[in-house]
Amino acid sequence: MHKNRVNTWLYRHKGARAGLLLALPVLWLAIAYLGSLAVMLVSSLWSVDSFTGNTVHSLSFTNFHTLITQRVYSTIAIRSIGVAVAVTLIDGLLAIPIALFIAKVLKPRFRSVVIALVLVPLWASYLVKTYAWRSMFADGGVISWVLKPFGINGPGFGLAATTITLAYLWLPYMILPIYAGMDRLPNSLLEASSDLGASATKTFTSIILPIIYPAIIAGSIFTFSLSLGDYIVVKIVGGTTQLVANVIADNVGTAGNLPFAAAMALLPIGTILGYLFVVRRSGALENF
Amino acid sequence: MYISRRAKILLATLTFGTLSFIYLPLVVVALNSFNPSRTFSWPPSSLSTVWWGRLTESNGVLPAIGTSIKVGLGATAIALVLGTCIAFAVSRYSFYGKSTLSLLVIFPIALPGIITGIALNTTFHTFLDPLNKQLALWTVVVGHATFCIVVVYNNVLARLRRLGQSLEEASQDLGANIFQTFRYITFPLVRSALVAGGLLAFALSFDEIVVTTFTAGPGTETLPQWIFNNLFRPNQAPIVNVVATMLIVLFIFPVWLSQRMSQDGSAGGRL
Repeated sequence: MHKNRVNTWLYRHKGARAGLLLALPVLWLAIAYLGSLAVMLVSSLWSVDSFTGNTVHSLSFTNFHTLITQRVYSTIAIRSIGVAVAVTLIDGLLAIPIALFIAKVLKPRFRSVVIALVLVPLWASYLVKTYAWRSMFADGGVISWVLKPFGINGPGFGLAATTITLAYLWLPYMILPIYAGMDRLPNSLLEASSDLGASATKTFTSIILPIIYPAIIAGSIFTFSLSLGDYIVVKIVGGTTQLVANVIADNVGTAGNLPFAAAMALLPIGTILGYLFVVRRSGALENF
Repeated sequence: MYISRRAKILLATLTFGTLSFIYLPLVVVALNSFNPSRTFSWPPSSLSTVWWGRLTESNGVLPAIGTSIKVGLGATAIALVLGTCIAFAVSRYSFYGKSTLSLLVIFPIALPGIITGIALNTTFHTFLDPLNKQLALWTVVVGHATFCIVVVYNNVLARLRRLGQSLEEASQDLGANIFQTFRYITFPLVRSALVAGGLLAFALSFDEIVVTTFTAGPGTETLPQWIFNNLFRPNQAPIVNVVATMLIVLFIFPVWLSQRMSQDGSAGGRL
């Protein structure tokens, strides 16, 4: 009897059913998760007592003052953004021809196989892929072994190794949206373009590129923000290179200055949000 | 569009060249795991399975795998419940803030792990320090669950949208109540999407290191943390290669399986 009453009541109250479904997830995501982000934002105004090591919960702009006045931090910020831009450019230049090949040259029955070949390594462990590049760049590793007969030294661990490894890790995130964009592009448009006398190059720059532009931007959001937030790669193959993310990580870990780390974290958050704001008109965000 | 033969060959070379560049480092790690030499040397002088045999001797690997499984199961269980709830709410009801919620679900995976990591770390410290409690295993589970919700949500939502509501309505017209309809109609229809989402969530959690680092208490070490802590030690290099190779093989299979099972055309949770 009791169960029936619950049933009838739920059946009649659509709002109650939706409320029951939403209660836990909203508590978790909106309150716990967003709340944590808010606590982090506030904590960037706290400081750490250098004598006792305790967090001082009074608000001040000391952390931001340090970030702005000490030259080392602006150098690190510019370097990090430079790496993220370089990774995005490398991935874009590689992904566009690959996507064009898969979507417009390859026969349909081979398409899914090649796409699977692109997708599968995406799921191999991120840490293992990064570690793999350590064996590539290491002293006496694969790259220096290949270059040795030519009398060239490998780049070793450093900024170049970091950029290459990041470009490697995020390449599928660039290929997939661009491929999806190319796949949606009707062949009739391309045929019309060549019927009207345009060369392949002209068709590419005047037809393909403007249409897949939102897809390129969508891919670049991944490569840019993933690069800016990554500190594991730079620790593993970066040698002594300092980027924003590993400065943040070191301030949480060894230095134990959480408020300063939080203040520094505003740089990648701000840059990524700024990037999203700039590209929001391109229609890239509707791709998600 | 007419693409010249030369351009086609150029595009094909670039594509397959890049694909081999994607697989090359993984092959190098796999080959290295059969390298009998203790110190790193390339190319391997001979191949042997000596380090594979020593996998269980090395201290730390097995407990780390155990920790990773515990965290993965805990995070997956929470993500399954929360992700399914949101998917049902979003696909079947209209409510205030619906689009905000579907954006909020993506947030924990869209923001860099380090941001989620220190945000949770700060919050945990703010609330646990006054209670004299420390970060532990459950804090890692909370962190992982937060970014795993989205993969379950995506899979279940895609399934629910494809199914429509006619079968459920038919069930209720025939006199079944809400719970019976869920048990006999809805659940069997979404079960494979739940399995696929769960597998992806588990894989995502098993691989995660950044959020883990900032939410793990002292003494809690997951497998990725074990790898990270050991890869800088020259002595441990052979075992790290073995563990890494094992992970490459172990990872690709369940993901392939879940992609086949979901069949909803989603690329999994990573995109």
